[in-house]
Amino acid sequence: MYAVRQWSVRHARGLAGFYRAFESVLVAMSPLLRRIGYTRLERPVAALERGVKGVLFDCRMCGQCILSSTGMSCPMNCPKNLRNGPCGGVRANGHCEVRPEMKCVWVEAVAGAARIEGGLQALSQVQVAVDRRLQGRSSWLRVVRERTGETA
Amino acid sequence: MNFEDEPVPGYPLPILAGYSSPGRFERVLRSGLFAVTTELDPPDSADPEDVYRRARVFDGYVDAINATDGSGANCHMSSMAVCALLTRVGYAPVMQISCRDKNRIAIQGDILGGAAMGVCNVLCLTGDGVQAGDHPQALPVFDLDCMTLLETARTLRDEHRFLSGRKITYAPRVLLGAAENPFALPTEWRAQRLAKKVAAGAQFIQTQWCYDPPLLRAFMRHVEELGLLDKVFILVGVGPLRSAKSAEWIRTHVPGVHIPDAVVARLAGAQDQAAEGRKLCIDLIQEIRTLKGVHGVHVMAFRQEHTVAEIIERSGVLNGRVPWYPGRDPQTNSTRKAS
Repeated sequence: MYAVRQWSVRHARGLAGFYRAFESVLVAMSPLLRRIGYTRLERPVAALERGVKGVLFDCRMCGQCILSSTGMSCPMNCPKNLRNGPCGGVRANGHCEVRPEMKCVWVEAVAGAARIEGGLQALSQVQVAVDRRLQGRSSWLRVVRERTGETA
Repeated sequence: MNFEDEPVPGYPLPILAGYSSPGRFERVLRSGLFAVTTELDPPDSADPEDVYRRARVFDGYVDAINATDGSGANCHMSSMAVCALLTRVGYAPVMQISCRDKNRIAIQGDILGGAAMGVCNVLCLTGDGVQAGDHPQALPVFDLDCMTLLETARTLRDEHRFLSGRKITYAPRVLLGAAENPFALPTEWRAQRLAKKVAAGAQFIQTQWCYDPPLLRAFMRHVEELGLLDKVFILVGVGPLRSAKSAEWIRTHVPGVHIPDAVVARLAGAQDQAAEGRKLCIDLIQEIRTLKGVHGVHVMAFRQEHTVAEIIERSGVLNGRVPWYPGRDPQTNSTRKAS
């Protein structure tokens, strides 16, 4: 939902903090997650993630979430899927060139990043090309496996 | 102008230490000369002569010609093919690659192919959305974005491998460029974005049309603060406006083009608006060239390509230099035909 998405960017600081805490909880739970089995967890967790992040961020389930590096504004909502900053077509009112009714996700991202500690530095990191195979998969589980050194 | 070690004008030059390409354009930039580039309007035709005719109008006034890749999401002859035709006779094209129509497999193939044909400069773009052009029904690809495209091209060139890791035996020797729009929101973050592009591999930048020098100055100051001035060659986009009416149309309908009211008023107040548009373009070039860190101008004179020579001539930026073009030196050219 567009209105909720905008709310999320306005509350980027709090959400980023929550996200960090949530990530630590997930990592702490990793022995349990491993016992249940990541393959078995994939579908229910992906469904949950889709529901929660869908409401908060209009998440597109790219499977390689970088929200905390983009001011909590999901870059996959950019019609050009830009993950590294705005294109040159941003309108004078800050809206998207492709979808004029929508505010540019990158104008939002810069505003959101400014609210997060270290957000602007994170924004200036070059993001690698998207791995399209991960579309629809859980980013949360992937992060846990990466953080605990297990192969994704 | 010829370079001392130029074997046959129009042919690839030896690659000097610290250079990326055998191209004349890189030589001009690294020599500290004020460079001029322009854009060729690709034909809606399969006739090679249409390309050559469009290139000839720039003869003697530009260092490189951009071959656009379906700009504005409109269908034209491909940038790859325009480059093939241009390099055949020795022109120095800048091959534009947009992420809109091709995935990473096609793009990497094009970079290799382009370099094999003699393309020495590649401009990495995201591309306009399909809604802007004449085929809004088309699938927008956007597999990569301009930043990952830059990284991809740099990986091919410097690490001699595809994104997959597979080795390539002869790397594409190309100078990598990107676009930037200092005049669009979020303006305060645009220089930072340029820094990202430089980090991803951009060696030169061609900007969107500049009609607002104060905004450009602010951008350049920021670029300097980020320590980028000696890391990237910046060519500022300029172009003649045909009339106040067309300026008004462009600024309302072309996203990302910023034209201040004063510019529209200046055109509206002129008796010959097209001539005033050219005069304004010359004034802008003369102002822009004085800015620290500006290495040239990129003249985008869409549907007014015939005015480029006059604008560059009157601006005096070439200082009497005549960039090489096929047929400039009849002697060397005949040698070339014989060889």
